[in-house]
Amino acid sequence: MSTQIPKQTEKADETAAETESEAPSKGDERRAEKRRRADEQRRQREAEEAERAAADENTVELRVFRYDPDVEGKQEPRFDTFHVPFTKGMTVLDALMYSRDTYDSSLTFRHSCRQAVCGSDAMFVNGGQKLACKTQIDELEEPIRVEPLPHAEVTKDLVVDLEHFYDQMEAVEPYFQTNEYPDGELEEQRQTRENREKIKMSTRCIWCSACMSSCNIAAGDNEYLGPAAINKAYRFAMDEREGEDVKQKRLEIIEQEHGVWRCQTQFSCTEVCPKDIPLTEHIQELKREAVKNNLKFW
Amino acid sequence: MSQSYNRGLIEDFSRWREFEAGMWAWIFHKFTGWVLIGYLFTHIAVLSTAIPASGAETAVLQAGNDVYTQTIVSLEGLLLVRVLEVGLLAVAVFHMLNGARLLLVDLGVGLESQDKSFYASLVLTGAITVASVPTFIAGAF
Repeated sequence: MSTQIPKQTEKADETAAETESEAPSKGDERRAEKRRRADEQRRQREAEEAERAAADENTVELRVFRYDPDVEGKQEPRFDTFHVPFTKGMTVLDALMYSRDTYDSSLTFRHSCRQAVCGSDAMFVNGGQKLACKTQIDELEEPIRVEPLPHAEVTKDLVVDLEHFYDQMEAVEPYFQTNEYPDGELEEQRQTRENREKIKMSTRCIWCSACMSSCNIAAGDNEYLGPAAINKAYRFAMDEREGEDVKQKRLEIIEQEHGVWRCQTQFSCTEVCPKDIPLTEHIQELKREAVKNNLKFW
Repeated sequence: MSQSYNRGLIEDFSRWREFEAGMWAWIFHKFTGWVLIGYLFTHIAVLSTAIPASGAETAVLQAGNDVYTQTIVSLEGLLLVRVLEVGLLAVAVFHMLNGARLLLVDLGVGLESQDKSFYASLVLTGAITVASVPTFIAGAF
C-alpha cells in the first residue's frame, strides 16, 4: 500500500561512503538485514490492512495522484489506491487525512481550517474543481479520483504552485482605497444596505483558485487576470465608498487587453466556485461598466 | 523549491467528459463558427462561376447551358452535397440560436438559466434540422 521508498539503500550508500569503500562491517550487515526485515514486515502488515479494507464493504476507494520530484522512483507521476473506512459525513479531505495518517505519511496536500473558510484545499476530484473539505464522499462515484488542480504546476502530490494566481489577485489591488472622506474626523465611512447587498456575494471569495483552474482562457493566456481577480476588482469597483476617481483607476485595470474582455462566458468558474459566487455575472457587469465608461457621444 | 511537474496540454483535451453546459456551448459555438467560415469561402467559389456565365448568349442562358447553371445542377445532383446541406443548416441554426443566447448573456439577462437556454437551442436546432430533411433530400435518391 505504502509508496514510501525504503530508506535502507540510501543509508547503506552513506555508510559505505563513510567507511571509504571498505568492506561493510558485520554490524552494518546485521543492521541492514534488520532494516530489510522490518521493512518487509511493515509492507506485509500494510498489505494485510489494505486487503481487509478492500474486502470490507463499507470502505471507499481513493485514487490519488502522486508525484515527488525530490525522490528518485517517485518522479514519474502515478496514481495510488487507498481504501478508507467510510463514516457518515466524511469529506474528501477526511479521507485524504485518513490515508496519510494510516497508510502513507508522505502523502502531501494543503489543508487548514477544514470548514471551507481558508481555501487551501481546492483539488480536482472526479473531474471537477472542488474544495475537498466541503465535498461529501457519498455524493461521489467510486473510485474517487483525486488530482491536483489542472493548469497549475505540481510541486508535490496534490500541492500546486499558486504563485501566478496570487500575482493576478494582487494585480487588481485587492484592498479598499478612497480619497473621499466623510466630513467629521471621527465619522464612519458608511455604506448603504443596497450597495452592501450588491457586492455581498463578491466578498465571499476565499482565494482557493478553483475558478482560475477551471478557466480555459486563463489556461491559454497567462496574462489573463482570471475570474477570481476580476471578481475582486468588482468587489471594490462597485463599492460606492471608494468614489469616482478610484473607480476610474479600477476600470482602467480591468479593461486592459488581458482583463475582462478575455472572458468568453464559458461559465466554468461559476460552476466550480465553492462559495457560489456568480463570477460570470460579475465579469459581464464589469464589461458593461467598461463600455459605458468609454462611450462618448459628441 | 525543486523542479515542478507540468502536466501540459493533455490537461485541456482529456477532460471533455466533465465539461458543463456553458463549456459545451462555447465549444459548439467555436466549431460551428469555423464551419460557417469554411462554407462562406466555398460559397464564394461556387457563386463566382456566375461571372463568366454572365457573358454568355441569351439563348445559352435560357437553355440552362451556361457554366453557372451547370455547376449548381451538378452539385445538387450529388447525394453528398444534399446531406452536407442538412448539416450546414444545423450548424447555421445552432450558431444563430446560441448567438442569441450569448447576446442575452452579454446583456446580463437570465444568467442563472444559461444552461437551460443552451439545451433549448440544441433541441430547437434538432427539430428544425429534422423538419428540413424532406426539403433538402427530396429527389436525391
